Amino acid sequence: MTNSTVRFLLNNDVVSIENIDPNLTVLQYLREIQFNTGTKEGCASGDCGACTVVLAELDTDHAGQLHYKSINSCITFVGSLHGKQLITVEDLKDGVKLHHAQQTIVDNHGSQCGFCTPGFVMSSFALHKQKKTPNRAEVLEALAGNLCRCTGYRSIIEAAITSSVDSEEDSFAKHYQETVATLTEFQKLPAPSLAGNGHDYVAPKNIDELAYELTSEPESTLVAGGTDLALSVTQNLATINKLVYLGNVEELTTIEETDTEIVIGSALPYSKFIDTLHHYYPDLGEMIERIGSKQVRNTGTLGGNVGNASPIGDMPPALIALGATMTLHVAGVERTILVEDYFVDYKKTVLKPAEFIKSIQIPKPTAGQTLKLYKISKRLDDDISAVLAAIFIEQKSESQGQIINNIRIAFGGMAAIPKRAPAAEAVLQGNTLTKESVAQAKIALATDFQPMSDVRASDKYRMRVAQNLIEKCYLELQSRTIETRVVNYA
Amino acid sequence: MRSLIDVRKASSNTDKSVVNGQKNVGLGGVGRSKKHDSADKQVAGSAIYVDDRPALRGELHAAAGQSAYAHANILSMDLSAVKAAEGVVAVITVEDVPGHTDIGPVFPGDPVLAIGKVEYIGQPIFAVAATSYDLARKAAKLAKIEYEELAAVLTVKDALQKQNFVRPPFTMKRGDSESAIAGAEHQLSGEIVVGGQEHMYLEGQVSTAVPTEDGGMEIFTSSQHPSEVQKLVAEVLDIPLNKVLVDMRRMGGGFGGKETQAAPWACLAALLANETNRPVKFKLGRMDDMIMTGKRHPFENNYTVGFDKDGQIKGINIEVNGNCGYSPDLSDAIVDRAMFHSDNAYFLDQATVTGNRCKLNTVSHTAYRGFGGPQGMMTIEMVMDDIARHLGKDPLEIRKINLYGDNERNETHYHQEVEHNNLAEIIESLELSSDYQARRQAVTEFNANNAILKKGIALTPVKFGISFTVQHLNQAGALVHIYTDGTIHLSHGGSEMGQGLNIKVAQIVAEEFQVDVDTVAISAARTDKVPNSSPTAASSGTDLNGKAAEAAAKTIKQRLIDFACEKYQVTAEQVTFANNNIIVGEQTFSFAEFSQIAYMARVSLSSTGFYKTPKIHFDRATGKGRPFFYYATGASVSEVLIDTLTGEYKMLRTDILQDVGHSINPAIDIGQIEGAFVQGMGWLTTEELMWNEQGRLLSNNPATYKIPAINDAPEDFRVALVPDAPNREHTIYNSKAVGEPPFMLGMSVWSALKDAISSVADHKVSPMLDTPATPERVLWAVEAMKAQS
Repeated sequence: MTNSTVRFLLNNDVVSIENIDPNLTVLQYLREIQFNTGTKEGCASGDCGACTVVLAELDTDHAGQLHYKSINSCITFVGSLHGKQLITVEDLKDGVKLHHAQQTIVDNHGSQCGFCTPGFVMSSFALHKQKKTPNRAEVLEALAGNLCRCTGYRSIIEAAITSSVDSEEDSFAKHYQETVATLTEFQKLPAPSLAGNGHDYVAPKNIDELAYELTSEPESTLVAGGTDLALSVTQNLATINKLVYLGNVEELTTIEETDTEIVIGSALPYSKFIDTLHHYYPDLGEMIERIGSKQVRNTGTLGGNVGNASPIGDMPPALIALGATMTLHVAGVERTILVEDYFVDYKKTVLKPAEFIKSIQIPKPTAGQTLKLYKISKRLDDDISAVLAAIFIEQKSESQGQIINNIRIAFGGMAAIPKRAPAAEAVLQGNTLTKESVAQAKIALATDFQPMSDVRASDKYRMRVAQNLIEKCYLELQSRTIETRVVNYA
Repeated sequence: MRSLIDVRKASSNTDKSVVNGQKNVGLGGVGRSKKHDSADKQVAGSAIYVDDRPALRGELHAAAGQSAYAHANILSMDLSAVKAAEGVVAVITVEDVPGHTDIGPVFPGDPVLAIGKVEYIGQPIFAVAATSYDLARKAAKLAKIEYEELAAVLTVKDALQKQNFVRPPFTMKRGDSESAIAGAEHQLSGEIVVGGQEHMYLEGQVSTAVPTEDGGMEIFTSSQHPSEVQKLVAEVLDIPLNKVLVDMRRMGGGFGGKETQAAPWACLAALLANETNRPVKFKLGRMDDMIMTGKRHPFENNYTVGFDKDGQIKGINIEVNGNCGYSPDLSDAIVDRAMFHSDNAYFLDQATVTGNRCKLNTVSHTAYRGFGGPQGMMTIEMVMDDIARHLGKDPLEIRKINLYGDNERNETHYHQEVEHNNLAEIIESLELSSDYQARRQAVTEFNANNAILKKGIALTPVKFGISFTVQHLNQAGALVHIYTDGTIHLSHGGSEMGQGLNIKVAQIVAEEFQVDVDTVAISAARTDKVPNSSPTAASSGTDLNGKAAEAAAKTIKQRLIDFACEKYQVTAEQVTFANNNIIVGEQTFSFAEFSQIAYMARVSLSSTGFYKTPKIHFDRATGKGRPFFYYATGASVSEVLIDTLTGEYKMLRTDILQDVGHSINPAIDIGQIEGAFVQGMGWLTTEELMWNEQGRLLSNNPATYKIPAINDAPEDFRVALVPDAPNREHTIYNSKAVGEPPFMLGMSVWSALKDAISSVADHKVSPMLDTPATPERVLWAVEAMKAQS
């Protein structure tokens, strides 16, 4: 059963949309249909943050509360607004009085050309909804997906770090209970759908509805965060005939822990599982903080990052190194495979027609295990890796010292798929970590990969840095005090 | 007959602005930190950019068909599928252009649409107008074009070897450099590849053309040069200039990228509007913008220097080779400026500086903040580091010993005397305030104790010549009106791209009349208000337009004084403008009241103003003259941390001391300095343009071209203005230009990276570090050190 309308709150007003092409992005919807031009298009590819808007949604972790998150409206399809509150820069003002997130930018001279400014305002607004007195690190994390070409950022940082404790309640706070009630009502509606211009969209609510949609139309395109898929529409001018949105599927948006595993639903955004992973694997938490931007992590999912099988996705090498598994589902039938076995060739996977990724299982660490992650890119934030190294080592004390009894080394950016380094692993397996064994592993790595040259790095750099990262891992394991990273991030 | 506003009632209305954010209170305004005039609107999303204007009835959207080859003859073109595509209303080729087909800004060479051949990948071949942005872009992909591929020149070395130039080479010479180098105690030579830079203004190129009732065209554009857009639109349409009106309210960033590069899209929109008699908007999507518009010129430079045992330069030969892309555009002046700035802050003594303008089959490179100056300076800063390593000294010592002198050693290689040079004082002051010497020690200690991570520190100065080197551009006009409620309307020829030009010029007008700056309304730059304007470029916006606006205000002020003297029988000395009032003898009138009295007595309350920069001249035939009215100076110290296993790095701290003269608006100036520094740092570090072997730009979107993000700015960032330093030339309120000069302060980051790299070989070898110094380049430089140590 579906409902051919998408309902949401636009600021504090209920909006129903139907007969709109589901290929439309939220940015296009705002600018071309609502004539709200405050939200800007800087790149239409989710790279600059000028189009940042905020979504408020019912907090799954805290009943009766709202969770505010910044997203890139330029790569979010309009159908995914269903059941949420969309907040844009125009509506922050209370009458003629600027909102705290706006006034602080004015006071700190944080706008010059002003084109990126609405995006910064919205990222700052979302941050202050979570924390009224953010520290510098939190400010930088929240704003790293917003590019400014004019200011050099100092003034914007000072604006966003200004506490909002003493600022007046905004209209969203005043309408809080009303918003919760409305969104709760929306949630009770049958699965929404949208049809327009000959294209369809549906957002199933549970795994059975999803399986049904895919079995009846196996050619449908699955969309979760859409942070990669939407670019095919905005950049390659493609048109998607049928979109099936995963973000509302209950079983795909949960996180659970067993004694031995963390089970993450494939359509759960990064921002919902980063803390859990950080707890068990600090390097993994830090690395995820460098995937895309806050806006991307608020919508992007693990299922998407693994599912699209890009050779430069950052999660697959980490998952492979951890020996993670994934559960695939087709028409009620499930199978669980190693993430490592999912990838066949460039953008080719073992996924069958109508099959989808349900969840990913990450083993919890046990004594003697370490995960080291290194993300190498031109820019620290919001950049695609040239090389991503994931090294999982399990050591055991034997009479001759610490013996490696289990090692998995996986790389992204080194081959057509995320891939392990069998020759380098073989050198170290059963061996002790010494300068000599590491040197041999570095040599062996040259037989594991033939990387390519592209816009991000040359083949030679990829190989050299991959080798050096094995050395770095060794140095870090040798001494806990040695300084080896220019920033405290994976 | 209309009655006048009751100024006593009206005056209370002005307090509205108090609730609408922070009020720009304070009288007059020069020298105070006023907020950007659009700040309240920008943060609220209500500032209107061209693409935000409400669509007009029947408005169409344009897109261009692009060349698939870097160099090819067009054999045939089948546009039937384009014409038949959904939503398409018109398709034009160069055959459909009624007037000029070449829109080269200075020299010919830029066809508005390809004429029989293409010279770079992405060159517009035809243009289409359709009912929506997406439909136009989709249709533009449907053409079937047959090419005959020609040999393409895709490297500077190839261009040099083939003498493939867009303009002839040029040399500036002082003395006999060959003999001086040969006679010096030490000689060194080296070469450097300096990468280009994508402007990455957040708002892409956009223009809307609206046909007018008398066969003319109204253009709303995001352009730094509305008068040039006006001229080129008139030429392609073959109509007189007075039928084209260009309106430019604000740009979402320019940085030089909208000086000449805004015009093609305005011209194509106008041609399609003319063809369809409907409004046409041409907005470039980000990827198209990056592929189809010019960038900062990449350069390949080399030098041979002779110096004494102290490291002082005795003679030098410098060759700068600019990659101009396929057409002249502004490249003659850009390579000239690279040559003018080959000395940066240093006395070269006997010098020969040669500049080549290489023609390559890429997009035509163009103006970008610094206009060739930064690329020119990189060579001499490399020389400073190389001499220091050769002699085993701190590069700062070498930089100091080579600075221009006060009364001697003060003539440039283009024979301009360097006057009022304060760089020695700036460097000394910054060295102390940044604690350079102690930190140098700390860096050395850190490096001794760390095997993997290394730190580096460097102090680099900047001396940047202010004035357009094309003399006639150094003029500006303004138009000031006072209305009968005492409010003031200001128009000037400059264009606002975020740099705060409008608020600064408004402060100057407010200062003249001693009224609140919010009394002065700022409007779009329009070619019907102020004609024949120069581009807002060369850091000249406030210098030129501020003076012109001041002249207009002074004219009206003098009329008011004359009128007061006559009516109230006082002397001019008894008429004072103060505190929003005009005091005439014993009587005090509000500014509004007195404006009404003057109006009733038929005093003209409107005036134009005009300014041209004095003293400047340059004879290109002899390579001698005074191209610059004055120099803007500054210096920066940067400290960095590098990873010798990966080449990754982090900016730890930057201190800047910049001379902006008597600042008209310190907050705006500091914003310019911080932004320019980070942009300069980006140019030299992560911003890498890459073309493949076919000449296709690979770094064609912000996913592959990385400008600094918030974590890339220095963790500790301290910017100061030189105190009590009025410009000793008579500029507007003795201020100094600030737009471009601090861009080059980013060089301290590059030099600090080299310092860190050099530590690997105990500072005995000078690292070769081409730019951008990506982690990859840093790693290779480190490995080269390891091999040599």
